[in-house]
Amino acid sequence: MKLTPEKVRYVADLANLKLTGEEVARMAHDLDEILSHMDKLNQLDTTGVEPMAQVLSDASETATLREDAIRPPLSNADALQCAPQPGQGYFKVPKVIER
Amino acid sequence: MTPPIDGLTIQSVRDGLAKKEFSAVELTTEALRFAESANPTTNAYLHFCFERALRQAAVVDAKVARGEDAGPLGGVPVAVKDVIVTKGVRTTCGSKLLENYIPPYDATAVIRLEQAGAVILGKTNCDEFAMGSSNENSAFGPVRNPVALDRVPGGSSGGSAAVVAQGTAVASLGSDTGGSIRQPASFCGVVGVTPTYGRVSRYGLVAFASSLDHIGPFARNVSDAAALLQSIGGRDEMDSTSAFAPLPDYNKALSEDVKGLRIGLPKEYFQGLSSETGDHVMRAVDVLKRLGCEVRDVSLPHTEYAISAYYIICTAEASSNLARYDGVRYTSRSTASDTLSDMYRNTRGAGFGTECKRRIMLGTYVLSHGYYDAYYLKAQKVRTLITRDFHQAFEQVDALITPVSPFPAFRLGEKLADPMEMYLSDIYTITGDLAGIPCMSVPCGRTAAGLPVGMQILTRHFDEAGMFRIAHAYERSL
Repeated sequence: MKLTPEKVRYVADLANLKLTGEEVARMAHDLDEILSHMDKLNQLDTTGVEPMAQVLSDASETATLREDAIRPPLSNADALQCAPQPGQGYFKVPKVIER
Repeated sequence: MTPPIDGLTIQSVRDGLAKKEFSAVELTTEALRFAESANPTTNAYLHFCFERALRQAAVVDAKVARGEDAGPLGGVPVAVKDVIVTKGVRTTCGSKLLENYIPPYDATAVIRLEQAGAVILGKTNCDEFAMGSSNENSAFGPVRNPVALDRVPGGSSGGSAAVVAQGTAVASLGSDTGGSIRQPASFCGVVGVTPTYGRVSRYGLVAFASSLDHIGPFARNVSDAAALLQSIGGRDEMDSTSAFAPLPDYNKALSEDVKGLRIGLPKEYFQGLSSETGDHVMRAVDVLKRLGCEVRDVSLPHTEYAISAYYIICTAEASSNLARYDGVRYTSRSTASDTLSDMYRNTRGAGFGTECKRRIMLGTYVLSHGYYDAYYLKAQKVRTLITRDFHQAFEQVDALITPVSPFPAFRLGEKLADPMEMYLSDIYTITGDLAGIPCMSVPCGRTAAGLPVGMQILTRHFDEAGMFRIAHAYERSL
């Protein structure tokens, strides 16, 4: 398998990740090596095997739900304390749409 | 008069406090002074929390003065990996993105540590977002192995292993997703425990791969590690995957006999490892035989597929977990962006280190349209097979013993150029995480060059007690 720079840029776009030209080239090489190692899994017949998403659950589905009680939430000030650009009690971001 | 900090155990702290040889504040002051002065040689601590530590020590002293129990970890100086959040104390995850992040809440494990009386001295260095096997992926510089300063301490919890080995904390908390507790424990010659998945609440553990992430302790001996797990384990309603299973009394389990226990040696774990590592593990197995354990060969036939399955699942989960670092709520932000979309891209492009980018890319790729079935779904099915292997082995034996790593601590820079080679070093540790079973690293000697070797003990789900019993019996016989 060969991972093209175009494909790398497409995936970076999906991941909201800006990569430099150098990074794209290195990523193509590294991912290619790793993915060819992963192709090893195709040697295994997994017909009829259930996929495992969760290791174990020793409780019924609803047992993990806690009581729906009101409790004090994180305050607005605490939640905004590490925001790069807080304002008026909100997170401010660059313009999303043209007016 | 405070004793040397690097020789303390939980028991010696308890005794010293009880006999009024020192107060918790005196001990904490000295521990902070010692840790701060020793830290430049290893870079194991990222930052100290002087105020919080001394405040907690004063609470312990007040309890002692009132004649109350100071708790099972009363006054014990500990350290916490910087991927576990601490209210009011910077938590960076080893990432430039969170360089100035001060969490507004405490992880459950942190709350429970302090409820048990422990004094948190500071936060330990680690690979960025716990991604790495050498601690070289930290944005704040690598950690050096205190046993051999030109070597890595292992990763990703390299700092947490190093502080215990260096003696700048009595015990510490780390996190393990694919060996990140056991491998550094083995490289630094300390005890490291990965409990059953769900045994310790993940609330406040910054998520890397949620179905594989564990919090667990490091300590200089088995009984101290067990005491930490006793304090932090158990159901927590803030983590719906935390288990209801009751915690047994680990201290009681430690003194139980190992005679007649059946131990399995999975043959797949004894191929392709350095001969010195194999020799040391086999010598430890001989000790257990002498103590009355029954040893037999077993097979975990799907072991060779574990690395591939693991790196598909963990990167897929990481790519979605790390989507939250977008420059809006708590990370630093790249300012030179006109649109929201550019702001996300620039912030993430400038903020994440190479390994995080690689894993986000890989995870996004394996989850992307047309590849999901071939990679992610396939890997989840292989995970079922790997877990089944363990269940079948545990029908024949009570515990498994393997090496922790195929080789001892390698040199800084040695494996940095080739990510696949770095991934392959996790070969013996990732299977335990995939199956969610308890596993630990116990020191079992040193190579001719003086590098520590670790033996891994794995047991059935929720049987940490059985694991501790074997580890303790071995340790005691030395």
